[in-house]
Formats: sequence, C-alpha cells, structure tokens
Amino acid sequence: MAGMALNSDTPTTSKKASSLIYDPKARGIFYQVLTLAVVVLFVWMVTQNTIDNLRRANIASGFGFIQGRAGFDIGQSLIAYSSDSTYGRALLVGILNTLQVAVLGIITASIIGFIVGIARLSQNWLIAKLAQVYVEFFRNIPPLLVILFWYKGVIAVLPQARDSFNLPFQTYLNNRGLFVPKPIFGDGAWAIAVAFLIGIVATVFVARWAKQRQMRTGQPFHTVWTGLGLILGLPILTFLALGAPLTFDYPIAGRFNLTGGSVLGPEFISLYLALSFYTASFIAEIVRSGIKAVPKGQTEAANALGLRSNAITRLIVLPQALRIIIPPLTSQYLNLTKNSSLAVACGFADIYAIGGTMLNQTGQAVEIVALFLIIYLSISITTAIFMNWFNAKMALVER
Amino acid sequence: MAINSSTFIRQDMLAPQPAPLGVSGASHWFRTKLFATPKDTVLTILALALLAYLVPGMINWLFIDAVWTGSDRTACATVIQGGVLPDGQSGACWAFVDAKFQQFMFGRYPLEERWRPILVAVLFVILLVPMLIPKVPHKAWNALALFIILPFISFFLLIGGFGLPHVETQLWGGLMVTLILSFFGITVSLPLGILLALGRRSQMPVIKTLCVIFIEIIRGIPLVTVLFMASVMLPLFLPNGWTFDKLLRALIGVSIFSAAYMAEVIRGGLQAIPKGQFEGADSLGLSYWQKMRLIILPQAIKLVIPSIVNTFIGLFKDTSLVSIIGMFDLLGIVTLNQSDANWSTPVTPITGYVFAGFIFWLFCFGMSRYSAFMERHLDTGHRH
Repeated sequence: MAGMALNSDTPTTSKKASSLIYDPKARGIFYQVLTLAVVVLFVWMVTQNTIDNLRRANIASGFGFIQGRAGFDIGQSLIAYSSDSTYGRALLVGILNTLQVAVLGIITASIIGFIVGIARLSQNWLIAKLAQVYVEFFRNIPPLLVILFWYKGVIAVLPQARDSFNLPFQTYLNNRGLFVPKPIFGDGAWAIAVAFLIGIVATVFVARWAKQRQMRTGQPFHTVWTGLGLILGLPILTFLALGAPLTFDYPIAGRFNLTGGSVLGPEFISLYLALSFYTASFIAEIVRSGIKAVPKGQTEAANALGLRSNAITRLIVLPQALRIIIPPLTSQYLNLTKNSSLAVACGFADIYAIGGTMLNQTGQAVEIVALFLIIYLSISITTAIFMNWFNAKMALVER
Repeated sequence: MAINSSTFIRQDMLAPQPAPLGVSGASHWFRTKLFATPKDTVLTILALALLAYLVPGMINWLFIDAVWTGSDRTACATVIQGGVLPDGQSGACWAFVDAKFQQFMFGRYPLEERWRPILVAVLFVILLVPMLIPKVPHKAWNALALFIILPFISFFLLIGGFGLPHVETQLWGGLMVTLILSFFGITVSLPLGILLALGRRSQMPVIKTLCVIFIEIIRGIPLVTVLFMASVMLPLFLPNGWTFDKLLRALIGVSIFSAAYMAEVIRGGLQAIPKGQFEGADSLGLSYWQKMRLIILPQAIKLVIPSIVNTFIGLFKDTSLVSIIGMFDLLGIVTLNQSDANWSTPVTPITGYVFAGFIFWLFCFGMSRYSAFMERHLDTGHRH
C-alpha cells in the first residue's frame, strides 16, 4: 500500500511541475517577469551611474537653469530675443524656428511633390522622364549633403552685398541672404485679419448649405469659387475700404551692406530649400503610386455616367487616391520635421542647435535630452493626431 | 407601310477613308508621346527650353571648363582670385578631388597601413557578390562568412592586433567609415528589428508594451538627437572610468535608430500574412520560434523586401549625420578638406559636394535597382 502510495505520489508531483513548465500561460508570465526584471535592473544601474557621474562632475540636476540668462545671440528669431533673455525664451525661439521651417517646408514640398508626382504619370514622355530624373536624383542623396550644397556651395559664393543680384520688387540676393521688402501695416490693419477669418467661417457655412441643397435638390453650387471670393475678396475689400494702410520698408543698398527690409538668412534659405526639394521627391512617389492604385474601372465607370474629366478627377479619382496617399504622406511630413534638426549643420537656430548651445554652457545633459524628447515627441504626436483625423475623415465609409 | 418608309437602305457607296496613320516608327512616337495635344506641345517645348538652358551649362561646368590637373589652389582660381584661370571662367575643380582622393576614401588612416582597409574591401566584395547573385549556391555559408566571420576579421585587420600596429578609430574616416557604419547598421538592425516586430505583435502585455515604447520613442525623434544621446548620454550611463569609443557610440546610435524603423516595416509584413498560416503552423505542432522561422518570417520578409531596402538606403544616407557629432565620414571629410587653405577657391566646396553626392547616389541607386530586381525574382505569383 505504502509503495503504491509512493508510486502514485511521485508521478503526480512531477506531472504537476512539468505541466507548469509546458503551460504556455505560466511560461508567458515567467518570460515577462524575467524581461521586466532585466529592464528594471538595467534602468536602475543606468540611473545610479548617471547620478554618480553627475555628482562627480558637480552638475546640479533640475530644470532651474531654464530661468538663467542665456547670454548667446540668435541670428533669426520670430519673437523678441536678446542675449539677456532666459534659456526658456531661447528654447521658445528654437521651437518657433523649427516650426517655421517645418511648416513652410511641408507646404513647398507638397506643392512640388504633387506636381512632380502627376508629371511622372504624364502622357508626355519628356515630362515623365524629367520628373523621374528629379525623383531618382533627390531620393538617392543624403539631405545633409543637399543642405551643405546650398549653404557652402551656392549661397556662400554668391556676390558680396555691394554686388547683390537685383531681383524684381526691390528684392536683393547676396551671400548674406535674401533681402525682401518688409510690409508695414498702418492703423486698422487688424480689420483685414478679421475679414480674412470671417471669410473662412462664411465659406464653411456656405459649403455646408451647398451640400445640403445638393442633397435635397440635386442642384450643384460653385462652392470653390464662392469660397475663394469670400476668403480673398473680403480682406481685399477691407484693405481698399481702409484706404490701403500698407507701406513697404524696402532694403536699400548701402556701401557695404543693405539696410532696411527683412532678411532671410542663408541658413534658413538653404535648410528650407534642401528640405523642400528632398522631401518632394518622396511625396512625388507617394502621389504617383496613390493615383496609379485607383482602378481603371473607376475612371471608365465615371465616363460612362457622363461626368466630365475635371469632375472625374475631383470626385472619383482624387478621393480614392488620397485615401492611399495620406498615411505615407503623414510619415513624410514627420520626417521633414525631424530632418529640420539638420539645421545644426548650417547654423540655423532650431531646437537642436539651441539645445546644443545650452548644453555646452550648462552641462545639463539629462535635462536637455529630456526636453528634446518632450518637444520632438509632442510635435510628432500632434502631427500624427491631425493627419489621423484627416485620414479618418477621408476613409472609406462602409456599412 | 409606315414602318417600311422608316427603314433605311444605303444607296451610295461611302467615300473610301484615308489609310490609317502609321502606328509605328519615329513619327508616330513623336506624335503620341510628345505632341499629342496642344497642351502637350506647349509642355514639351517648355521642357526642351529648360533642358537647353540647364544642360549645356552643366556640361560646361562639369567637364569642359573643369580643371583636371593641378597641385594647389592656383590651378582652380581665376586671376582675380590669385590663380591662373582667365577671369569669368568657372568650372569644377577635379584637381582638388584628385589630390584629396585618398583622404576621401580612408580619412587619416596611416599611409603605410592602407592595404588593410583595401584588403577588407576586397574580402567584402568577394563575399558580397555571390551573396547578391541568386543562382550561386551555399547561401547559408556565404551569409555566415559575410555577416559573422568577416566583421570579426575586419575588426582586427582595421584596428590592429595579432602583430598589426594599432590604428585608433579617431584616424578612420571617409568612405571607409560610411561603409562600416552602414554595413554594421544593416547587419544589426535587421535581426533587432525582427525581434522588436515580433515583440510588438506578442501576446505578452509586458513585452509588447516595452517594444511599443521603444519603437515609438525612437521613431518620434530625429536621428541627430539619437546620435547626440549616444555621444553625450552613454558616457553618463556607464560606471566611472569606463569609456566608449566614439565610432562605437555612433554605431550603436545608428543601429538602434534603424532597428526601430525596420521593426515597423517587418510588422507590416507580419500583418499581411493570413491567419491560416499561423493556425496551420500551430496545428503541425511547431513551437513559436519554429513557426516564425520556418513559416511566417520567410513569407513576411519576402513581402516587404522593397521597404527593407528602402530602410537600408535611408540608413546609408543617414550615416552622413555622424559628421554632426564630430566624426569624419565621407561627407564630413569632404567638408573638412574644404577649409584647407591650399585649395580654397569658390568652386572647391561645390566640387567636393558634387563628388560626395555622386558616390552616395551610386550606392543608393544601386541598392534600389537591386531591390527592384529581387522583387521580380522572388515574385512567385502568389500575390493577388
């Protein structure tokens, strides 16, 4: 009996233990606990080392340094800034500069990219080949090289200020940048901005009404032209009604430099041009594949319904192509924003360049890297949320 | 009767139609491809005008007015700039590239030791070419030699050891560093990316969360920041007294960065595999790793080869960013050499960048062509 009990006992325990080893759930938990332990241990060691190293280097931690005096100058700034401003203000200048070059770059890259992408599908052999050469050229060289090419290769060897190139509208181009007339708005100029906003709001309402009417009666309405008229016409009317309160501060060629007007520095120009041209080549490929992915039957069916070619593009092809285009386009926009950090190569004061200067002055490596992470991640996430919203709006509505 | 009157019977012969226009030959091609509609004609003329404006100038600058030989800046500068060229002439200064070519390739690697990188390059080509040609057998051994054995041999060959004099990585530079960074990045990022992608698709919440956090943070910040972290933060993370080689820091930064992108590409491939494949593998009693290695990954990776190669191309271009953290890759060394007073002329920077751009372009374009070839080669017609 005892032997029996012993015999029957041993297999059950070993069976239990082995079943625990072969139980996927138990193994899963074991692996996860193991991974988590390793990660926690790693993070703990890294933190300990960092604290040790910082203490040894006598670097105080914390974000208190943000209030300190920056003490360095920034070439191009959208808001008032001097070397007496705080680090926080300098960082804000950097964020605004990054956003400025990113937004302008995204707009330009989209325009060039759409034109080139459509040109690649052209019936015209020469146009299609030219577009292909453009894409294959810019896609296969590093963006940093394009930036340096503009900065050191082209703009730096432009003539000096006294021999500037004279462009139309009293614009000058020389090795110190592009000098453009600076608009100065007189009294009541805010009314123009208000008129512009009213135009946009009115267009939204008109579009809504037009859609409802078309749903009800089938009567189309020229929303685009009405909208353009409202958005552009209202401000222009206000402008004229106010007696054109706008003067220009023209740049004037002095003996050694140009005075007056506003300047787009060579750093900004080279970064902006390089990012736009580089990203446009990727956008062109996205646009091309998006349009090609719309089945031919869609165009043919639209033709059979008697739609005109303009309406086919606008109502049938483009909405379907956009659905395919938007997700990769989002990542290109994000790439452009992130690539704007290459500004450091040409000395444009973006977040990264200013953060680097701050690091050199204060040595607060951990805090500045944390700031980088927070700023770039929030820019990325905001763009992604907006584009996802747009994508969801454009997505196929199924039953 | 009324019905009969409405019938129509043709009485006269139709006039013969003119013979159809030629549907082949040069004139037909011109008519349909260049001058099909008035709009096309205008576009063609505009494009021709653009070409006529740009191409002769470029050919002039690159070849005809270019300076091919010379020993210092006077060869490439005009009289006003203190050189020998007539005023107003502007052409590429290929003499500069010629004089600095060795540096562009090897950086400041000691002259008498340069046979070592050359030997590594020869070994690399010998192993790479059969790897790229699908027909050559023994791919597994080839891969083992290329991805495991060669890096070891190259490491000791390049840095020294076993009787070879030590060469600091500070002295490495030029195309050599660009290629080392990209090869290492590619070799590390593909397996790491596969692991991250599997982790992200895993059923285990902890592993999944860790992978998602890692991938999304890395993808949300620019490579410059990652490299900056690798060069500034890594020394902080290590115990006192430990140091990391600068090149190694850059290697880690580049590999981590591209692994995150690779993971998303592989995940796309994994998502495209039908559920039946997973269930089929499970019903055969395969373990998780067997299932992934034998059934899922081969199909998933095949699906996303173009995107993988695009990531490789991106990585190759991104290696140029290490010049920002003070390393001299091809682009860095070209920029560095432009400040050489011996060669400073207005055309030197452009010439250097045109040369560097050409090298980068050759490699990237080659990779993209090869990926197109592989895509056709691997297309077994299972795609719907």
